[in-house]
Amino acid sequence: MKGKNIPLHMIACGKSAKVKELTTAGSLRRRMLDLGLVNGTIVEAIRKSPSGDPIAYEIRGAVIALRSEEASKIIVDVID
Amino acid sequence: MAFIVQATGIDAIKKMLKTKSNITDAFIVALAGNPNTGKSTVFNSLTGLNQHTGNWTGKTVTTAQGKYQFKDKSFTLVDLPGTYSLSSHSEEEEIARNFICFGSPHATIVVTDATCLERNLNLLLQILEITDKVVLCVNLMDEAKRKKIWIDLKKLSKILGIPVVGTSARSGEGLEELMHTVYKLCHNQITTNPIKIKYNEKIEELIQITEEKIAKFTNRKISSRWISLKNIEGDKTFLDSLDKYLGIDSAKILPNEEVDLNLRDQLVSSRVILAENISSQVVSCKKEKEYDFDRKVDNILTSKILGIPAMIALLGIIFWITIVGANIPSTVIAKMLFGLEERLTALSVAYRLPNWLHGTLILGIYRTLAWVVSVMLPPMAIFFPLFTFLEDLGYLPRVAFNLDNFFKKACTHGKQALTMCMGFGCNAVGVIGCRIIESPRERLIATITNFFVPCNGRFPTLITISTIFIAGADVGPLRTVIATITITGIIILGVIMTLVASKILSKTLLKGLPSSFTLELPPYRNPQIGRIIIRSIFDRTIFVLGRATAVAAPAGLFIWLMANTNVRDLSLLDYCAAFLQPFAYLLGMDGYILMAFILGIPANEIVMPIIIMSYMASGTIIELESLAALRILLISNGWTWLTAINVMLFCLMHFPCATTLLTIKKETKSWKWTLVSFLVPTIAGIIITFTVTQISRLSKLIV
Ligand SMILES: Nc1nc2c(ncn2[C@@H]2O[C@H](COP(=O)(O)OP(=O)(O)OP(=O)(O)O)[C@@H](O)[C@H]2O)c(=O)[nH]1
Ligand SMILES: [Mg+2]
Repeated sequence: MKGKNIPLHMIACGKSAKVKELTTAGSLRRRMLDLGLVNGTIVEAIRKSPSGDPIAYEIRGAVIALRSEEASKIIVDVID
Repeated sequence: MAFIVQATGIDAIKKMLKTKSNITDAFIVALAGNPNTGKSTVFNSLTGLNQHTGNWTGKTVTTAQGKYQFKDKSFTLVDLPGTYSLSSHSEEEEIARNFICFGSPHATIVVTDATCLERNLNLLLQILEITDKVVLCVNLMDEAKRKKIWIDLKKLSKILGIPVVGTSARSGEGLEELMHTVYKLCHNQITTNPIKIKYNEKIEELIQITEEKIAKFTNRKISSRWISLKNIEGDKTFLDSLDKYLGIDSAKILPNEEVDLNLRDQLVSSRVILAENISSQVVSCKKEKEYDFDRKVDNILTSKILGIPAMIALLGIIFWITIVGANIPSTVIAKMLFGLEERLTALSVAYRLPNWLHGTLILGIYRTLAWVVSVMLPPMAIFFPLFTFLEDLGYLPRVAFNLDNFFKKACTHGKQALTMCMGFGCNAVGVIGCRIIESPRERLIATITNFFVPCNGRFPTLITISTIFIAGADVGPLRTVIATITITGIIILGVIMTLVASKILSKTLLKGLPSSFTLELPPYRNPQIGRIIIRSIFDRTIFVLGRATAVAAPAGLFIWLMANTNVRDLSLLDYCAAFLQPFAYLLGMDGYILMAFILGIPANEIVMPIIIMSYMASGTIIELESLAALRILLISNGWTWLTAINVMLFCLMHFPCATTLLTIKKETKSWKWTLVSFLVPTIAGIIITFTVTQISRLSKLIV
């Protein structure tokens, strides 16, 4: 999956992407920011759980699993 | 002035910790930090206490306090729950924040993970905005070294303007220096000059305006810059706490503007970027080799095809080791204790003890105790260390990761997998652990369904029955394999029931959609074998055994008396059992078994001993000197494999024990939900045992 402005859960495992925008408000947004998901942060998709969801991402040195509902609210640009 | 500050602080602490102890003479030191960075480990090392630790996020959900002595001074250390931030997403964050803000500790130790410094600095920077009495403890230095990560602590200290100490809390390295630094900080022998986060002009301007307004109300009890920041963020719960603890009614004082979401983002971003900046200056890392090992392991343990089978296999292996390993010591202990019984009997004959006294003391109390010890001790002493080993390794979050989709489909919170795992130890602990779930709806579901995983007290029953009964007919290796498969199956059923019950609750009483969550998968860490063994034996095995014996002794007495008080040819015990018999029969059990479950409400551990006692007391003369004899006793009392299956199923699903129920009442503050928690597993158990029994009877599997 290549491209710009795509939701994070769409990127393939092993790929990295750069955070562009969070399309959520309220406490979820805060929590994402607190995890370090501010604009420009590089995120790598590491693996899918056995049933395909959630997906584990590497965010600033920590491995965090996000359900697709949450990851879809993070808009990223894929890095080749 | 200083005096007033202190008094308010201690009042607030007392309010928060509900302590009555006089802590004015000691310095108060808070332990804060991201989850899973080793706060509790530091706490334990310093205080010598046994706060639970574990390699997963959110192990500690309540504050604990303990004392330690350094030089001539005593310090009260407060272990706070781990948080990523100090806003108010969840109860833990609020507890941690309120303590640091309003408890005015004399010093705050911020414990950080050396292998993930950047993310950890974000919290530190927030704490520095509240207080300047901070020591940074860069923990897990041994892990960092192993992963070839170097941190320039001196430079870090210089940049941050606070003392920095590198530690490996588990081996105790650096803790002496940490205590020394805290000592000096409390005595004002170190002056700190914390780094200031510079926000953009617009924010700084706003801060200034607000600060001017609020400054005269704060009495310097709290940083007015921090209040301003929180006001800009629109953090309502913080402003409420401000009123509650310090009586500052911000609504009247501060400009009540609409919260500008953009500004809020910028606030957080400034911190995150500063953290990134600092970390890039002090952390050097030799290649990203560090992830290789973890990732390889995860490739198997959480893979698409192998993830779930591996999980079941791991569980199976643990049970297998437990069953095989417990066999011999169980027999040995049983032989010993029942040998002793003969001697005791001989003694009581020699001293001409009256029959009733011999009966109550030896046949009643001693025998029950002997059973509890010989049947329950060995499996527990093997199972708990193994389970703790997995926990320490960091496997539990992987379980949550593997199972999350099922929980999502059941419309519940992903962290429920974690609270479920906690229930394995003790359901009351599992229920308290449900606090890590923020949304009240999902927390209730997790609370109500927690009983579907068997706790300490029920495991021995399951293991005993599956070993001596289900597998008992065969000899040789097959026997233990069958027992293992049975137990594993029962646990899987428990998980399935958790999901089914959660789903039903989500569709009926507790309608709603799953809320968002993030799950951290911590790096695998080398478990501390020695500590695991000690901890499981003392914290769990001895605890459970103690509880069991405390309840079993009076229960044994009670049963013996009931069995030996005759009213017209039949004992009281027989009357009760006969009363329960028709219903029990429908569920494929008998009246004695059902009565044992009811009498087992104070502690589930004693269900099996009560069953045995009742059978022995009601006339079956059998010398129980070996475990094999137990099988004969059960069979002679009409047990078939259907009975055994039903007892195991009912053991998995029935009314929670008294402790769990009281904990649920305390946590939910509602009798209604306590009743629901009582009914859900009970009804499930009745339906399932009834169905199994009727189907197998109809199909004539069993006559
Ligand atoms: N190798 C190593 N492991 C450590 C060290 N300190 C703590 N650990 C391990 O890290 C894990 C987490 O430790 P805890 O003390 O439970 O962490 P915590 O900060 O209290 O976690 P929460 O209560 O979830 O916030 C445990 O498995 C510890 O054994 C250390 O210095 N070195
Ligand atoms: Mg802890």
